[in-house]
Amino acid sequence: MKPRHKRAAMIVGGLAALGLAAYFVLNAFESNLVFFFSPTQVAAGEAPKNRTFRVGGLVKVGSISRDNLTVSFIVTDTAKEMGVSYTGILPDLFKEGKGVVAQGKFTADGKFVASEVLAKHDENYMPPEAKDAVDKAQKTMKTLK
Amino acid sequence: MIPEIGHFSLILALFVALALGTLGVIGGQQGRADWMALARPGAQALWALAALSFCCLTYAFYTNDFSVSYVAQHSNSKLPDIYRIAGVWGGHEGSLLLWLVMLCSWMMAISLFSRQLPDVMVSRVLAVMGLVAVGFLLFMLITSNPFLRLSDIPPDGRDLNPLLQDPGLVFHPPMLYMGYVGMAVPFAFSIAALLNGRLDAAWARWTRPWATAAWICLTIGISMGSWWAYYELGWGGWWFWDPVENASFLPWLVGTALIHSLAVTEKRGLFRSWTIMLSIIGFSLSLLGTFLVRSGVLTSVHAFATDPKRGVFILLFLVVVVGGSLALFAARSGKVRAGGAFSLVSRETFLLINNVLLTTAAAAVLLGTLYPLIVDALNLGKLSVGPPYFNSVFAPLMLPVMFFMVLGSYARWKNDSLAELGKKLRPLAIVSVLLGCSAPLLAGPWSWLVALSLTLVFWIVLSSFQQIYRQLKDSVNWKAIPISYWGMHLAHIGIAVCVVGITMVKGYETEKDVRMGIGDTVEVAGYTFKLTGISEVAGPNYNADRGVVELIKNGKVLRTLEPEKRTYFSSTMPMTETAIDSNLVRDVYVALGERLQDGASPAWAMRVYHKPFVTWIWGGCLLMALGGAMAALDRRYRRKALASKALSQGVPA
Repeated sequence: MKPRHKRAAMIVGGLAALGLAAYFVLNAFESNLVFFFSPTQVAAGEAPKNRTFRVGGLVKVGSISRDNLTVSFIVTDTAKEMGVSYTGILPDLFKEGKGVVAQGKFTADGKFVASEVLAKHDENYMPPEAKDAVDKAQKTMKTLK
Repeated sequence: MIPEIGHFSLILALFVALALGTLGVIGGQQGRADWMALARPGAQALWALAALSFCCLTYAFYTNDFSVSYVAQHSNSKLPDIYRIAGVWGGHEGSLLLWLVMLCSWMMAISLFSRQLPDVMVSRVLAVMGLVAVGFLLFMLITSNPFLRLSDIPPDGRDLNPLLQDPGLVFHPPMLYMGYVGMAVPFAFSIAALLNGRLDAAWARWTRPWATAAWICLTIGISMGSWWAYYELGWGGWWFWDPVENASFLPWLVGTALIHSLAVTEKRGLFRSWTIMLSIIGFSLSLLGTFLVRSGVLTSVHAFATDPKRGVFILLFLVVVVGGSLALFAARSGKVRAGGAFSLVSRETFLLINNVLLTTAAAAVLLGTLYPLIVDALNLGKLSVGPPYFNSVFAPLMLPVMFFMVLGSYARWKNDSLAELGKKLRPLAIVSVLLGCSAPLLAGPWSWLVALSLTLVFWIVLSSFQQIYRQLKDSVNWKAIPISYWGMHLAHIGIAVCVVGITMVKGYETEKDVRMGIGDTVEVAGYTFKLTGISEVAGPNYNADRGVVELIKNGKVLRTLEPEKRTYFSSTMPMTETAIDSNLVRDVYVALGERLQDGASPAWAMRVYHKPFVTWIWGGCLLMALGGAMAALDRRYRRKALASKALSQGVPA
């Protein structure tokens, strides 16, 4: 094979591999993006009905109730609230009044069931999404006043 | 006084590094031998200053000197000794200091083990690393000085984050940093080669052991981090595609490509620009990792700093390093490029294919890691990319890598024939497919993904054994086989072992969350777990509820497991300590969750895992590292050293 042909073959091969990889990547990428919504956005109906998403804010004080391994609690961004239920062991740092992010889906009867609850790292730590949600809600309330 | 000495030696180190960098680069360009001769003593002085500074900080930690702000924030008088020392790198400032010490240690090593290198090369390599050190020293002195004093001295420290009070902290960060920073060595060699305008087989031979050494440290560091995240509940398990994990994995992927590309550059003089490019990308990704982890754009247990000034500084530094080296590459790579011919079926081709696959995988991981940050920075909303993305992209790219790995080690350099390769490999392929498809039947339900990856595992392992067998048969004296040959096969078998672990865990693991009272049992994968009691115990700086769980198989108690739920005094933060029973073919794992019911019949939430072959994941990484070490220690890297030493002493070589 002439060097020129060989180079051409390599470039074609490389491009083909790259194209295939790009196909895999974008395909998987599209279906695995998980968007974040604040309780205010969820209340406004912005959250998807049958796709996994994240919601975050503070765990409302006094809202935690347990039924065996299933825990129900309310996430609030201080403006709007939203009920979440989760079955399993909660992270160590899950606490009333502290920040939380829950990832899950709406069930057919409109309940948000979390498959994952994130509240970790440090007692003073606040998930950035949760902090953002609370900050935004408080800002809007101020401007409304 | 001691902290001031530490601070002062950092300032001195800045000037030494500055001198080392400028004199080395200018001296190299102008051919001034007297300036170049300063490189080795300069690097050694820099190391001594960095080490002194590090010792001062360690001393401040050890003696509970809470007048130092950093110590007050990350230590406590009740903290056990070992964590008081490891606490040095338990926060942002100290881990930067550790980073600097690692960088200087690599420089020290180069200054000691580089007798075979020409002076101009050594001085340029050390100069480039010196300039990197300047960047980090400036960063520390301007934004993150670990020696800052407090005017109000607190009576006690705020304590080390309880999550970090774990043996993992003692080993994981130093090893990982050693690897991260080690990527600076091949980077410096590449920049030196670009400055020299010469890049030959000798250059590749000098660079190879260093690149391999850095890769070994990365491998061990990452696998230790993975192990730590596995036994720490709530960290997502042994690999979760967390952005911080990805940040360390990216240089590893590129580093793996680099050590193989270097092999081609050494043996055949090819892929020169590609090798240089990979070493630049590898180090850039190390810096990017530092930026992601340390700037606070990613929040995780690794992110200490949320000071935006720090992020901006690292970002600027990153831009300078990446931009500068790419500009140099553009200007000079024409000089180092060289053509050599190889046919489509040859070892070069297969190594190239795997190089492309590895870098593509790195690019895909990078996309998934950066995309949420970019979207957030552009204010387009908040989102995250889940592990399913990474899994579904990564597996299809890595399975072919495993396939081509074998072809790469079988095929001859330059030219081989497909027919002949096929003839040699056909029996191997048939046996691998048979074994790979039947092995899952022993483990559980058959799935094609498990069968496919086990087939590739057998493909790798059997081919290594076959090659070793042939090599032994052909060579007159087995001692004549270079140690790097054994190293290569060991590392490849390590990959296979690691893949067995990943495949079996992904395919057959069981996880259960249950409610348990005293005397209750739960069954997982043929094992019975019985909660026999819960007691309160006191640790050095915490109180804990300790569960006693009997692990029972076929009516026989194998052992008792004691998971704990701890509450640390200095913070109200609870911590779950898991209990794991580990053997060669499976781990069982028990974690104590929150108390669900008080009173006469108390109950707890418990999590129980059965993970087949999970230890193979880290065992495989250790084999890879061991194989790498054997390859890096090959006699041929040192033989040259002896010869050139003899030459310089006037003894005929």
